[in-house]
Amino acid sequence: MSLVQRLSRLQSVWILGVLVVIVVLFSIAAGQRFLSTGNFSLISQNIAVWAVLGVGMTFVIITSGIDLSIGSVLVFSSVVAAKVMAAVGGDGWSTASLGIGAALLSGIAWGTLNGFLVARARIPALIVTLGTLSVALGLAQVLTGGIDIRSVPESLTDFNTYIKIVGIPALPFVALVTVVAGAIVLHRTRFGRYTYAIGSNQIAARRMGINVERHLIGVYGLTGALAGLGAVLALSQFGTTTIAGQSLTNLNVIAAVVIGGTSIFGGEGSIFGTVVGLFIPAVLQAGFVIIGVESFWQGVAVGSVLVAAVFVDQSRRARAQRGASSTRKERT
Amino acid sequence: MTPLLEARGLSRAFGHVQALDEAEFDVRAGEVVALVGDNGAGKSTLVKALTGNLEADRGELLFDGRPVSFTSPAQAFALGIEVVFQDLALAPHLNPVQNMFLGREIPRRGLLGRLGFMDERAMRERAEAGFRDLGGTVTDLTARVGEMSGGQRQQIAIVRAITWADRLVFLDEPTAALGVVQTRHVLDTIKRVRDKGIAVVLISHSMPEVLEVADRVQVMRLGRRVAVFEGADTTVEQLVGAMTGGIR
Repeated sequence: MSLVQRLSRLQSVWILGVLVVIVVLFSIAAGQRFLSTGNFSLISQNIAVWAVLGVGMTFVIITSGIDLSIGSVLVFSSVVAAKVMAAVGGDGWSTASLGIGAALLSGIAWGTLNGFLVARARIPALIVTLGTLSVALGLAQVLTGGIDIRSVPESLTDFNTYIKIVGIPALPFVALVTVVAGAIVLHRTRFGRYTYAIGSNQIAARRMGINVERHLIGVYGLTGALAGLGAVLALSQFGTTTIAGQSLTNLNVIAAVVIGGTSIFGGEGSIFGTVVGLFIPAVLQAGFVIIGVESFWQGVAVGSVLVAAVFVDQSRRARAQRGASSTRKERT
Repeated sequence: MTPLLEARGLSRAFGHVQALDEAEFDVRAGEVVALVGDNGAGKSTLVKALTGNLEADRGELLFDGRPVSFTSPAQAFALGIEVVFQDLALAPHLNPVQNMFLGREIPRRGLLGRLGFMDERAMRERAEAGFRDLGGTVTDLTARVGEMSGGQRQQIAIVRAITWADRLVFLDEPTAALGVVQTRHVLDTIKRVRDKGIAVVLISHSMPEVLEVADRVQVMRLGRRVAVFEGADTTVEQLVGAMTGGIR
């Protein structure tokens, strides 16, 4: 099979085409206003947090799991981080790094709890993470009385506002590093290979001596850690916790992962696809604003793309399966 | 001669079903043993218990005459025991090479290897050699296993097992999904593996196949071993009689 054939079979490549078409259409409609560096800088800033979460979600969905709790874990972690930083006081990096550590620890703790309940207690991931979604958000509200904490150290908010690394604003840069690292781990390491194997055939993975439970706990723990990192980025971006602002984060991230070609049934997917899947809603939103269409249409468009993408992917895969039995017959 | 692997009084119940009832089993180094029995006689359960895929309620296992107990497949792998399951235990989204090395990936040298990076090239080369030796129909090692035919999948599972087995291979119905030519391949492979000094346990419903390759035949019925025959001077009638309980 040639490289071109192989690429054309990947959902992420098709959906990249869709993204290119959207960009071209908006460019024709709005010209320079849409194609400007400023616009794309804004778009990348808007998806930075989701990209970090999307890396973890891609791993989870490839194992044929799901994590609905990431938004709440992000909120909880940012509340814990903000509390820690407020208690220490000061605006410097030493305070901020304590907050970052607290956010990561909190994320890992929630993720590990999810993984433990899914892998060891064998409760369906949908139920487990629906539960922790509610518990984490509830506890965050208990800790704060439901009122956002606005005292975020300046060093953290300045990170978002002023800092650029090799010409890229800080938040998208952190997201980019996370995405690249995630892709390397998923596609090049044993951890990634086991993630695919477990999603593809969990019994086979177990029979081949893979410690499935430990690996799943690791995957959910990783997702939690990335939600913790997302909490830091969100604090940096908004300068406040966002207790009420993350209720749709999980669904937006899941939609992006699925649009990007990661199968909800497990066993296949890519980080690259997830990134493309994140850009589509973000570009639609930005484009609609620029050409003066009400941004409510973004939801309509994204939902339609989601369902259409999965439909196209499924029918293509069904054709491949039929092809396997007719054209790929054995030479005996 | 001490058996390579021996089971004594192996029992396992699933609810009210006594799948294994004081089952005995033995296989000697370098021989082909066929394990036959009617559906539900306990053959697959016995194989699972002998390979670390199922814990027995009672009974003991001896490997090279020493007592062993397997709580995971990895422990059986470590002793050089491999299995080809009826369901093949392949990941359909992975390619043949990835399946062959699943759980046993070759790490890259040095620090990268310790970080979990894999030596894809070394794995592909070893896999190519394995499939060449089998001489089968698996030619595209980069396609997904899920898109291959039943016969090709079977070959992948068999190549994987005989690549890793140093001492003993279990084959659970290895020819059930195969055509005439491929069945021939598998039977030849079994003989070749035995000639390398690796013992083979063959589970099969095809009595002519069993009598062709087996040095000994062990018959199971209702969770226990009811008869052992020498392969050379046994007839299909004798085997069927023992399986159904018609002849004692």
